[in-house]
Amino acid sequence: MPSCREITFLISKGLDKESNLVERLAVGLHVLMCDRCRNYQTQSQFIQKAAHRYSEQLKDRLEKNNKLS
Amino acid sequence: MLLSAEMNTPNQLSEALLAEHRPVLFRYALLQLKNTELADDAVQETLLAAWQASANYEGKASLRTWLIGILKHKISDHWRRSNREVVTFDFDEINNDDSDAAEDDYFMSNGHWNGGPSTWNDPEAALKQQEFWTIYETCQNNLPPKMAKVFMLRELVGLEAEEVCRETGLSDANYWVTMHRARLRLRECLEIRWFNNPKPTEENDHA
Ligand SMILES: [Zn+2]
Repeated sequence: MPSCREITFLISKGLDKESNLVERLAVGLHVLMCDRCRNYQTQSQFIQKAAHRYSEQLKDRLEKNNKLS
Repeated sequence: MLLSAEMNTPNQLSEALLAEHRPVLFRYALLQLKNTELADDAVQETLLAAWQASANYEGKASLRTWLIGILKHKISDHWRRSNREVVTFDFDEINNDDSDAAEDDYFMSNGHWNGGPSTWNDPEAALKQQEFWTIYETCQNNLPPKMAKVFMLRELVGLEAEEVCRETGLSDANYWVTMHRARLRLRECLEIRWFNNPKPTEENDHA
């Protein structure tokens, strides 16, 4: 059985659509039984979303900061 | 007449083709220059230079890689002109750092979590709060430099994994490990500083 360490690595690869079917199945089975890895899965998805959002908003943030300084 | 037709430059890159890469180039420039106008200028100069030199583009590297190469020159020109030390995050100044061995803190020797992710309360709501973004930025800046570079090129600039490897000199395997460690670190930082941290209530905000 793959460990949480290995599963989280596969979850990370999956975020970049680079995991294969076997790896995705292993992740799917593991997170059914493991709360922490299930949390890691949703949280790493959230972090990816936040990073994209941060990038979209960076221009506005910088313009606001420039006006303040 | 025939002669002049034949002398037309081969592989002339169209403006439209170049402009497709504008968003990625802009995000790349913005992360380094930290200023919208400067970033706009650098991208403009890059596209102009690329258009003028399009006959030199041999199609060996991908167009985007070639354009980023030109952009990097424009950015370092800027630093030289402004005649000061590079104070912001310079993608090219980074070599190695302490990003190795960090992953072991998150797991015990048997591969189980050491501590590990607790449940987060309403992450979607965090995205709407200004204070969250300040903390997100802090956490992102706290990543070791090389790790930050890899993460930003991929998730913020939007390069493909293989482009990030080319830009950073990482192997495929090292790229995956680095991205994974960056996520583990960001996750922990956000958990400690935001999700497990009591936040000011609405009333306090207005006070
Ligand atoms: Zn697990």
